[in-house]
Amino acid sequence: MFAGDDRLVRWHLFIAFVALAIGGLFGPLQALNRMGISLYPVLGITYYQGLTLHGVLVALVWTTFFICGFLVFVTVRSLDQPLTQRAAAWIAFWLMLVGVGAAGYAILTNQATVLYTFYPPLRAHPAFYIGLTLVVVGTWILSAVLFMTYRRWRGQNPAKATPFMAFAALVTFILWDIATIGVAAEMLFQLIPWSLGWIGGIDALLARTLFWYFGHPLVYFWLLPAYLSWYAMLPKQAGGRLFSDPMARLAFLLLLVFSVPVGFHHQFADPGIGHGWKGLHTILTFSVAFPSLLTAFNVIASLEIGGRARGGTGLFGWILRLPWGEPSFAAQALAILLFAFGGVGGFINASYNLNLIVHNTAWVPGHLHLTVGSAVTLTFAGIAYWLIPLLTGRQLWHRGLALAQVYLWFFGMALFSFGMHWAGVLGQPRRTDMATAVYRLAEWEVPDIFTGVGGVILFLSLILLIVEVALTAFFARRAPVAEMPLARRCLARLRFGSGSWERLFLSVSYFQE
Amino acid sequence: MRVEPYEKVWMALSAVMLLGFLGAISVSVFVHGISLPGATPRLDPRTVPQEPHFASPGIYQTAPGEYEVYLVSMLWSFVPNEIRVPAGARVTFYAISQDVTHGLAIHGTNLNLMLIPGLVGTGTAKFDKPGEYLFICHEYCGLAHQTMAGKVIVEAKP
Repeated sequence: MFAGDDRLVRWHLFIAFVALAIGGLFGPLQALNRMGISLYPVLGITYYQGLTLHGVLVALVWTTFFICGFLVFVTVRSLDQPLTQRAAAWIAFWLMLVGVGAAGYAILTNQATVLYTFYPPLRAHPAFYIGLTLVVVGTWILSAVLFMTYRRWRGQNPAKATPFMAFAALVTFILWDIATIGVAAEMLFQLIPWSLGWIGGIDALLARTLFWYFGHPLVYFWLLPAYLSWYAMLPKQAGGRLFSDPMARLAFLLLLVFSVPVGFHHQFADPGIGHGWKGLHTILTFSVAFPSLLTAFNVIASLEIGGRARGGTGLFGWILRLPWGEPSFAAQALAILLFAFGGVGGFINASYNLNLIVHNTAWVPGHLHLTVGSAVTLTFAGIAYWLIPLLTGRQLWHRGLALAQVYLWFFGMALFSFGMHWAGVLGQPRRTDMATAVYRLAEWEVPDIFTGVGGVILFLSLILLIVEVALTAFFARRAPVAEMPLARRCLARLRFGSGSWERLFLSVSYFQE
Repeated sequence: MRVEPYEKVWMALSAVMLLGFLGAISVSVFVHGISLPGATPRLDPRTVPQEPHFASPGIYQTAPGEYEVYLVSMLWSFVPNEIRVPAGARVTFYAISQDVTHGLAIHGTNLNLMLIPGLVGTGTAKFDKPGEYLFICHEYCGLAHQTMAGKVIVEAKP
């Protein structure tokens, strides 16, 4: 029933892992560069070209392709309904791939060394902007296909509540479609005509504002599929149940609403934006933290149910009983742990004037490696460890190797992000070729060692991940098709009151009349 | 809808924590006066560098212990890149970019600004301790971004 859709999912994951493998190659070079060791001359490229490749391939291509594949998978499975317009979904895939190719051409030929935020007036080759725009257009088509698939399911099942995974996938795509309006406007009205020479100048502040209108919800587009897995699958893998289904949906809805107007917290240091707007976005960013705090409670409560079901006792004893030897579980549980620290750092970033201490310092990439680099990437690795066997009909190639990958990532990231946060508080800038900088302060030396060593460990983990995924996908022993881990809910039947607010919440969060 | 009692407690604690953070920020802004760059007029990026102060950038004393610095950033330098003031000086920076977007961070102070074409970035720092304060461009601005730096030299009072 899903063979055709699974093929589409496999191709998305294939591109995602290729992007992660190539983009990840530059990670250790950047980390070592902070220690003063520059390996870029060996490769014949500059630090900044390598950094652009790393950012675009890892933050944009890896995440987007993995998410598109994964959300297609969970939507068709949870609705028990194949895609209604599979041909359109393939067109979307090819558009995205052509887009990545065009942007990749511009970056590899050193005509788009503008980093993944591409702030003008630094100018890239038009192929870079057009290529990234095609990627976005592809995702719009795919999201339309998912909405149409949902519509058909709703037509056939008028009385059913929307299954949680489909609900979460649709909310994620609604959030993405709203967010990408900003970057599409920046591309179509500013960057593309300007790079083609059709318009003479560009408003740099407006471009930054449009970018961050997109750029912060982008973070939630990365994160929500990880939340989906933590809510809907991880409790099952831990031997438990989802603690509260309605609160999980509430978290998704709050994230959808509050994630839109928060972009100015990336522009606290920009002149030309009033204090009132910056203050308002501080408050709204704090609001968007609330559903993440709900998630922390709900997911950990679900894990506790699992730990106790496995015989754990005492206030914290259940933690030890969780399946820490299972790569998929361990990856996601450790991702959650790293994300807790990322969340604490996020409060500091969002805290208005406190941002002055960390803005554009090494702290910021230290932070985003805990979020997109751990909460998201390590969770996706954990998902891949059951999803790829399921999609290919093979066994996971080597459980021990996968487990080593997970723990190396955890320890490597702990060291790396600690070093980066520390150096950042001491004023070391982000996105700077530190090995040849005219300023290198003695106080940065020790944190830089943490950064460099952590980066190398992360690279080892990345190699293991790519080897494991590749061998599982193409060479591992054939095995009966594995099942998708699917957590059951705690409350068999929800008891709702009859208040109008409750009815509204029920209809919105279950997409139900 | 039934919400577990523990979850209610957690939600209340979360809300209290967030409000506490906002309260702390408010104190730092309204009591201690630690502010961010605010609304400034949008100017023509082509003509700002020709305005009198930016055409001859440098340090101007406005009152005893009070200084204004007009700073121009460009690929890949600051003018001036050496600023001498006596200890205890209160310095207000007016900084612009004459080409791409740059940044300005002065080590050991809270001054952290984006220098965006067409906007004058403003910030104040007080230099009490004698010594050298590194300042750098912290926004990627091209191949030699890492060479873009200067220093504030704070001299002990005679």
